[in-house]
Amino acid sequence: MTDSLLTLDNLTKAYPGVVANDKVSLSIGPGEIHSLLGENGAGKSTLVKMIYGLVKPDSGRMTLHGAPYAPAEPKAARASGVAMVFQHFSLFEALDVAENIALGMEKPPPRRDLSEQIRTVSHAYGLPLDPGRRVGELSAGERQRVEIVRCLLQNPRLLIMDEPTSVLTPQEVDILFTTLRKLSAEGTAILYISHKLDEIRSLCDSATVLRLGKVVGSCIPAQSTAREMAEMMIGTSLKTPTRPAGEPGEVLLNITALDLPSTSQFGTSLRGVDLQVRAGQVVGIGGVAGNGQEELLSVISGEACVPTGHITFKGQDIGGLGPNQRRALGILSAPEERLGHAAAPDMSLVENALLTGTLRKGLSRNGFLDWTATRAFAADIIDTFDVRTPNADVAARALSGGNLQKFVIGREVLQAPTCLVVNQPTWGVDASAAAAIRQALLDLAQQGAAVVVISQDLDELLEISDLFAALNGGRLSAPRPAYGLTLDEIGLMMGGAHDMEVAHV
Amino acid sequence: MIRLERRPSPSRMWTALTPVMAVLATMIAGGIMFAALGKDPVEAIRTIFWDPLFNEQFAAYSRPQLLVKAGPLILIAIGLSLGFRAGVWNIGAEGQYIIGAICGAAVGLALYPLDSPIVFPLMVLAGALGGWAWAMIPAILKTRFNTNEILVSLLLVYVAEQLLASMALGLLRNPEGGGFPGSRNLQQYDAAANLELFAGTGVHWGVVTAFIAVIFAYVLLSRHLLGFQIRVAGSAPRAARFAGVNPAALVVICLGISGALAGLAGMFEVAGPAGQITIDFNSNYGFTAIIVAFLGRLNPIGILLAGILMALTYIGGELAQFMLGVPAAAIQAFQGMLLFFLLAVDVLSNFRLRLGKPEAA
Repeated sequence: MTDSLLTLDNLTKAYPGVVANDKVSLSIGPGEIHSLLGENGAGKSTLVKMIYGLVKPDSGRMTLHGAPYAPAEPKAARASGVAMVFQHFSLFEALDVAENIALGMEKPPPRRDLSEQIRTVSHAYGLPLDPGRRVGELSAGERQRVEIVRCLLQNPRLLIMDEPTSVLTPQEVDILFTTLRKLSAEGTAILYISHKLDEIRSLCDSATVLRLGKVVGSCIPAQSTAREMAEMMIGTSLKTPTRPAGEPGEVLLNITALDLPSTSQFGTSLRGVDLQVRAGQVVGIGGVAGNGQEELLSVISGEACVPTGHITFKGQDIGGLGPNQRRALGILSAPEERLGHAAAPDMSLVENALLTGTLRKGLSRNGFLDWTATRAFAADIIDTFDVRTPNADVAARALSGGNLQKFVIGREVLQAPTCLVVNQPTWGVDASAAAAIRQALLDLAQQGAAVVVISQDLDELLEISDLFAALNGGRLSAPRPAYGLTLDEIGLMMGGAHDMEVAHV
Repeated sequence: MIRLERRPSPSRMWTALTPVMAVLATMIAGGIMFAALGKDPVEAIRTIFWDPLFNEQFAAYSRPQLLVKAGPLILIAIGLSLGFRAGVWNIGAEGQYIIGAICGAAVGLALYPLDSPIVFPLMVLAGALGGWAWAMIPAILKTRFNTNEILVSLLLVYVAEQLLASMALGLLRNPEGGGFPGSRNLQQYDAAANLELFAGTGVHWGVVTAFIAVIFAYVLLSRHLLGFQIRVAGSAPRAARFAGVNPAALVVICLGISGALAGLAGMFEVAGPAGQITIDFNSNYGFTAIIVAFLGRLNPIGILLAGILMALTYIGGELAQFMLGVPAAAIQAFQGMLLFFLLAVDVLSNFRLRLGKPEAA
């Protein structure tokens, strides 16, 4: 192919016990926006790490501009015009924008020139940035701009973006896409990794689908449906969670005018939160990460106590009750951070089953533990939620994120909660297991439980919620019926574009 | 090039094997040190590890000494291990040991010369309460004011030492002692003496209590909810709070148990082998027990074995000083090496060694 910018030819990379990439070939032309699709563990990250010089392929060749390309390290990749924006930002909060950008450069120009460059480039691409602002004060969307501008200063020919929209509101996504289209029009190719199929359909020119390390197909996203692409990714047909319509019952959980001052420097304070959840109702809570999600969960789970008069359950004030007293009442929760919060990493799955199940599953008598019953409970979770593990005695940290997530959700669901609050229930879980988890949450609601789902996945929330509300800066918007909400409306509930300027291009 | 690779789960085999490797490495490094001091390394190691048990000349004296020394070490280390498991770092067991001894002895001396079976149990109670109370100081300061329990408990050791000196010279001084510092000898006061229970074994009430503590700790950690909470709190504090563990209560419980056990050890010592309160009554059991706790992997059975091993190095070390003229500091360095190697090889239970070039992740 003469018009190809980057060609991958039979790239293979194996790790002990798993072939992460098996003879992967693809080619990207100049100015092409190419999407890399696949479930977690399909090998997307390994592939882009090889292109960016972080991982060396075992075999196979790469060609860039028609010349052999084998970057030994990211520095070499950058020198060849390949830049990458990672999902997790690598920025120092205490430094300002220009200092952060200078840190990533081989030979940073003098401060004044650099600031000028940042201003020029960021305005040219519709991503205005003030070089003198401290990164700690920036929103997630603005931090991402810093990362992108850092890449753009190197005049890349290929820009790799790993899940760039997971931290953005819909309005911020629009701004980003305008920038990416402008870059593409100027001839910069973009390799775009995302789970969000609708975004890919609107942005990308072509897509390559990976499954278990192999290329299983390619498509033109604009001409395929999201469902077709999802089924290509998982290799089977996708089951949509179903929910029979039902009338919501009495109010179970009632939060009124709740304030919770943040305990840590980088935490978010909850301010004036009002939330009523009825029996049989699923309330979805969206919002960009770090806007009070963890804090809201801790208030309901009992990890954070509040003064009386702000939170009741079935009319009983529970503000001062601890986690186990609330479990006794039927209020269960599954926090977002699996390792270290929802589960103890170095303990076995059996012990982790005991962690929250002691009370409701009757796993202790007079303080003495019933390991036989605990073992049976762990086995039940593993069976019912299809947790892939050699046995129940392995340490929680040995499980993949998705499998541990299934275990954590399963542990709470199988305790038959009256009120369940989960944060990011399907984070890192593959599509079919995610569907199973959502179905389990809907089944709970149908059995009369009050369910609160906190998530960053808007599609998920719209799929399973009866009511939708958004957290923004520790405040909760008034819940609205989820059915019929548009992305625009949701975006405004989430705080719009966080006052970021719209691209002028 | 050697590099470390994290194991998905800690290796059970290495967890059991690393203490043995640490002992062997200590023998080798210690041997080199003894050689550098101009002593025959083989003979020195044999004197420390073999002669106390099997040399005809010394064994009759040394063998009972083994349990006399191991008893307090095990008793204190069991208490410390519960705290260490929960992430509560009581470094001041030496102080709690001293206060336990003072309180236990004070009760005995106050009742002198009453001849009643109630005397000894009262002393046991007083010893446990004394150690407990001394440990409550760092516990309350930590839960109320978030002070560091490592510093507070350690510094209280020096306070306890001063108190001990003052007691030996003042309040508890033997009125019939001709003005010499030190209390009455409790071994000569039958109702208060902690005597050898089986002749020639060295087993006294403190050793019995140590064995009971081992069983108690084993059941607590493997079968009881409190033990589970202790383990969760140490390995994942946030998960523990999520599971409903009250961290402040755990600090109080762990420091309380370890303080009470250290106090008991001190009381049994003062009523038994030591016999009296003197200025230099304490002999670093409280600090050595920290080594014993880690040498035993914070596991009750491991601590039992480690306590006996450590007692062996004490007795053997004394023997080596006496027989070979090895300086006392060299014996302490030898014991220090044991902890050093133990921590160094510990890495093997969580990581495996790989030979070869590192790979960018």
